[in-house]
Amino acid sequence: MLRDITIGQHFPGNSPVHTMDPRVKILLTIAYIVMLFIGSNPLGLAISTVFLALLYGISKIPLKLIARSIKPILPIIAFTAVLNLFLLSGSGEPLFQWWIFRIYPESIEYTIIMAVRIICLIAGTSLLTYTTSPIVLTDAIERLLYPLSRLHLPVHELAMMMTIALRFIPTLIEETEKIMNAQKARGAQLDSGTLKQRVQALIPVLIPLFISAFRRADELAMAMECRCYHGGEGRTRLKQLRLRASDVVYGLICAVVFVLIGLSNLWFPSI
Amino acid sequence: MSAAVKIEHLSYIYSEGMPDASVALDDVSFEIEEGQFIGVIGSTGCGKSTLISHFNGINRPTKGHVCIDGEDIWANPKDIRRFRFKVGLVFQYPEYQLFEETVYKDIAFGPANMGLDEQEIDRRVRRAAEFCGITQRVLDASPFELSGGQKRRVAIAGVLAMEPKILVLDEPAAGLDPEGRDTILGQIKTWHKETGTTTILVSHSMEDIAKYADKVLVLNAGHIAMYDETAKVFARAPELLALGLSVPEVTKVFLRLREMGLDIPADVYTIPYAVKTVLAAKATREGGSAC
Repeated sequence: MLRDITIGQHFPGNSPVHTMDPRVKILLTIAYIVMLFIGSNPLGLAISTVFLALLYGISKIPLKLIARSIKPILPIIAFTAVLNLFLLSGSGEPLFQWWIFRIYPESIEYTIIMAVRIICLIAGTSLLTYTTSPIVLTDAIERLLYPLSRLHLPVHELAMMMTIALRFIPTLIEETEKIMNAQKARGAQLDSGTLKQRVQALIPVLIPLFISAFRRADELAMAMECRCYHGGEGRTRLKQLRLRASDVVYGLICAVVFVLIGLSNLWFPSI
Repeated sequence: MSAAVKIEHLSYIYSEGMPDASVALDDVSFEIEEGQFIGVIGSTGCGKSTLISHFNGINRPTKGHVCIDGEDIWANPKDIRRFRFKVGLVFQYPEYQLFEETVYKDIAFGPANMGLDEQEIDRRVRRAAEFCGITQRVLDASPFELSGGQKRRVAIAGVLAMEPKILVLDEPAAGLDPEGRDTILGQIKTWHKETGTTTILVSHSMEDIAKYADKVLVLNAGHIAMYDETAKVFARAPELLALGLSVPEVTKVFLRLREMGLDIPADVYTIPYAVKTVLAAKATREGGSAC
């Protein structure tokens, strides 16, 4: 049950998408998200979808994994789709009318575009986390935010906090499962019973979980101090990120596709 | 009469259908009779913990059946809680499951979930606490103020208080000092003797298994390697060593003595039995030299 949470879950591989410089990948992902909103027309979204499918194909990530990352947001998609479908009004005659509900051709179009856009958004950002290990990812974020440290923003500390948080997600998930099993063994109704009973049954899980999280934090702080951790100043890195020729080439290819998505607005007005 | 626990062709695969799928248990079948004390041994990652969490339906078999008292526990999945009360499971490092304000309330969590009345809950909590050596002062304390060994005892008492027909313990003594170890295992053995509870003990310590178990189940890579009376299992020392396991120290000594040509039995696994055999051997030798 808890294993289905895929945020920050890395799917190791050796494809060009995996080996690309993480900084470039982050920037491209941001650009992709922006383009999804700029090129929000049928052609633009078609290009975005095909492009993303292509990248998933290259990185050899199984379809099941993509489906798993989209599954949790399906209710949101369905909710917005229903709202859009019934609340938007079009200019022409409604296609369908019943009581206060009217459906116009425009609202159908908008609903589909909206749904595709959300799916692309989630699948696109998931591609980044699937192909980049969390540690590399925060490293890249630290590098990208480095200029902000001139403004006395604690960039290194923020990145370290993110690394630690990401590092402990799987550990805490595992811990939660263990505690849940232990309480289930004592008859806690976590997988059966009414909704109210299930919510109440969370207390015996959350309290031990918090206590163990605090304990882990103490232990980690102690271990870091024992190794003389003193913040980012004067700290060198084991793995230096270096831009390679391939990163530039792939980056440019993506940029061309993004320009195409943007240009699609010339043919179709963006909604 | 049907066996207390009957496992039929049980297979369990982790994350089935995913690229990282792994077979934890492969076609395991065995029976445990009522009132027995079973030891489960096997090297790390052989499926011990996976196997025991099938007994009360924490894991659902990928294939095969788990029957408790002749009933398939997954016949009606909604009814699974009934079996969770029948089979009390103490996980590894159970002290992390404590959550209540007082020790008393925490021990009462299981019985309260069973829907028992106040009086019965109180009786069970006090009985389990007494068995585990928990004093009234500790009962009123917060579980988070206790020492590691005390927390462990409280957690075990929390399962004993449900008075399960079958008690399963996954390394209840791991990480405790030798005295705490003997105390806890001794209390479990006493509980077993006094209540006749079928007990299944998972342990890495061959000494503990030798001391307490009637029968031993040896798991290796998701299969049953051996399942026999304790003496017979430890008599197969070379096989156990080949599986990355060990035999009690006293058995090692006796095997070495046998190799040196002494005529003594191979199935010596406890100190009292060892003393008896040594005395018997001495008697025959003296008798022989007198002739």
